[in-house]
Amino acid sequence: MAAGPASHGGLRRAQRPHLSKMERMVVSMQDPDQGVKMRSQRLLITVIPHAVTGNDIMEWLIHKYCITEEEALHLGTLLVRHGYLYPLRDPCHLELRLDETPYRFQTPYFWMSTLWPAAELDYAIYLAKKNIRKRGGLFDHEKEHYDQLHRKISHTWDLVVMQAREQLWAAKQRRKGDRLVIACQEQTYWLVNRPPPGVPSVLEQGPERNSCTAGRVQMPTGPFQTKTVDFYRREVECLRKALGRARVKSSVCLEAYLKFSSQRGPHDPIMSGCLPSNPWVTDNDTYWAMNAPSAAVPTRLRVEQWAFSFRELLEDPVGRAHFMDFLSKEFSAENLSFWEACEELRHGGQAQVPALVDAVYQQFLAPGAARWVNIDSRTMERTLVGLGRPHRHVLDDAQLHIYMLMKKDSYPRFLKSDLYKDLLAEAVVPPKTKRRSARWCPGRQAFTRRNRPGSGSRLVTRKRLQEIPAGFSTTAPITLVTQTFVSLKPPGLLLPGRLPELSPGGHRCWGGPPACPGWESAHRLGS
Amino acid sequence: MKTRRTLKGHGNKVLCMDWCKDKRRIVSSSQDGKVIVWDSFTTNKEHAVTMPCTWVMACAYAPSGCAIACGGLDNKCSVYPLTFDKNENMAAKKKSVAMHTNYLSACSFTNSDMQILTASGDGTCALWDVESGQLLQSFHGHGADVLCLDLAPSETGNTFVSGGCDKKAMVWDMRSGQCVQAFETHESDINSVRYYPSGDAFASGSDDATCRLYDLRADREVAIYSKESIIFGASSVDFSLSGRLLFAGYNDYTINVWDVLKGSRVSILFGHENRVSTLRVSPDGTAFCSGSWDHTLRTKNYLFVSLQVWA
Repeated sequence: MAAGPASHGGLRRAQRPHLSKMERMVVSMQDPDQGVKMRSQRLLITVIPHAVTGNDIMEWLIHKYCITEEEALHLGTLLVRHGYLYPLRDPCHLELRLDETPYRFQTPYFWMSTLWPAAELDYAIYLAKKNIRKRGGLFDHEKEHYDQLHRKISHTWDLVVMQAREQLWAAKQRRKGDRLVIACQEQTYWLVNRPPPGVPSVLEQGPERNSCTAGRVQMPTGPFQTKTVDFYRREVECLRKALGRARVKSSVCLEAYLKFSSQRGPHDPIMSGCLPSNPWVTDNDTYWAMNAPSAAVPTRLRVEQWAFSFRELLEDPVGRAHFMDFLSKEFSAENLSFWEACEELRHGGQAQVPALVDAVYQQFLAPGAARWVNIDSRTMERTLVGLGRPHRHVLDDAQLHIYMLMKKDSYPRFLKSDLYKDLLAEAVVPPKTKRRSARWCPGRQAFTRRNRPGSGSRLVTRKRLQEIPAGFSTTAPITLVTQTFVSLKPPGLLLPGRLPELSPGGHRCWGGPPACPGWESAHRLGS
Repeated sequence: MKTRRTLKGHGNKVLCMDWCKDKRRIVSSSQDGKVIVWDSFTTNKEHAVTMPCTWVMACAYAPSGCAIACGGLDNKCSVYPLTFDKNENMAAKKKSVAMHTNYLSACSFTNSDMQILTASGDGTCALWDVESGQLLQSFHGHGADVLCLDLAPSETGNTFVSGGCDKKAMVWDMRSGQCVQAFETHESDINSVRYYPSGDAFASGSDDATCRLYDLRADREVAIYSKESIIFGASSVDFSLSGRLLFAGYNDYTINVWDVLKGSRVSILFGHENRVSTLRVSPDGTAFCSGSWDHTLRTKNYLFVSLQVWA
């Protein structure tokens, strides 16, 4: 090669940690004790040492990382495509074959991290060598590149041809085996760096990213901070606040996730399926029609969801409407209207801000207003002062006050009210539609829902988690998922992967060592 | 889980996608500047716009479903109102909203069509008024390109998280423009951040091949989702509706599904032939859509690129 290892000045910043990881993997594969089984491979009359077969590589990967065959094949293929392994026979296609095709590990000289970007001059020399060695030995795309390069660097073409001849002559001095190996290595390198048409390049990256952390913050024009004493003063303030911030114990937070996930589990279509059926699976969009934002009769699950948090009640238009009805009965509907008006202000257009602020004031805050809201005097004072210079956040304090009032007072009463109980009783539970599809096998056991949503115990003890549905753990094309509530399991059964006891530090103490293949599996997509 | 729909029509790498609140429409953008709105249930294309720039890395659907926003190497975020009038040219009504000094990496509407939050390669995030294009608030603090952002599903709706090339994930207060919390445990660029459905935590996917869960109240990282056999970076992450599952698309063309609570991998999905660049769960959680850089060479003249919807 004419050029030495490429300078990293032109190399994009090391946004390729995957390359060093692949290299570490490849190095450990070549470990004499723990690495892949190497053998000598006979090619015609030459014997090449340190060759491995595709099967050996797969086995090693499966064993070392506890993964399935499919994943091992995928990983092995990626290694070959990035040029870390090359096939000794037919090095035109970088694929991992599971037959007796011998592979060898690429020499570090040709690794992507060492010799990148590939130099045009080197490519020209390579093509020239190929051309000289065998007339007409170039592929179509290579011929095109050759002509292109010839035009581009025609002034140094003599150098190119001279180098090519020298390298060919030097190669002839080597043993046949070495010559073959070096030729394969070089060919693989160029297959990776100049892929033939139709083969995606593994070197493609997105637009260049800049990661320099040394205060290179570009400032758009405008009255924004510059890196002055002020900036650092603010930084110090921010950090001081961070030091003083109250922190919750991790164990408490993790409990919260447990509670949240188990509460929402039955509402998650991917986890628990949905009734009547998942539209994407059965091509039937009844589910969407029944859960439309303006549906007349809401489903049971939907009504139950209003009880989870105040936010979810307000986010659902039907829920909000019913809550408004309830508030009207209690003569406090102006609270919700005020909150809605404040939301409109906060998220509305900038141009409408003064008008909206004024309208809200007239309707809700002015003494003797038609729909006067009850805010405590301190907040009211602050708000009235702020109204002098209206901006979109001027009503934030008042809005929060009213929100909390509704949340702590009206909302719990709503949930206990007859109105809500009637809604629950009248709510629809859609029947499951039977899947009619060519893929249905009559002999296969039907996947049925064990429990209708909403019924059954939702009380989950801390250590028992709803199982991930079967759809994730088999390779069969499962389209309906089973739903198994923990409470239905016989008491003595230990669930797989019971959540381990969390240490107070809450460090990475769940998950444990990599799971065995029986637990996870690859799922090849059908069709 | 398997692919239920394949949306073919982009001629080049799909870079970003977003769901509409109606749970079936999506908008997707690609490297050649095309932004397409699909009804992914029927796989019909409903609108298509060609941006004057390439590498449209950010796109977002307005909450009302009446507009889309997109941007990329043009350093701007443009909002296009969607019209069903066949005669109208969508590009004619385009509004240029955001102006940054480097590429736009992510954008998102806030609770309404009137405000847009953007993240850019110039290291800042910004909040804009759509109607006037006025800058309402800017967020400085990242030391390098900001690559992603996500709005918090909180009651007061005032914070968002952003992740950048400086390996930091920062939580911002939209009203004051201050950084409220910062997390720096990743070893490489953070490509994607997404809030846990309760709003108390968020997950991030990074080039160091791990996804991590950060809790806001505990103010620290609480879980790492990684495996020795996964060596390529995670480009996008999203939670299922209950927050039990974390879907992550990786640069090694696969999608890994993680059990958030147990910290282990549930499943790996193959289905793309090039890196998965974007992944979003639908608003009602019935499916998720993944977009990738792959193309299938049919004839010499055209290439298809796929977006896939899984359920």
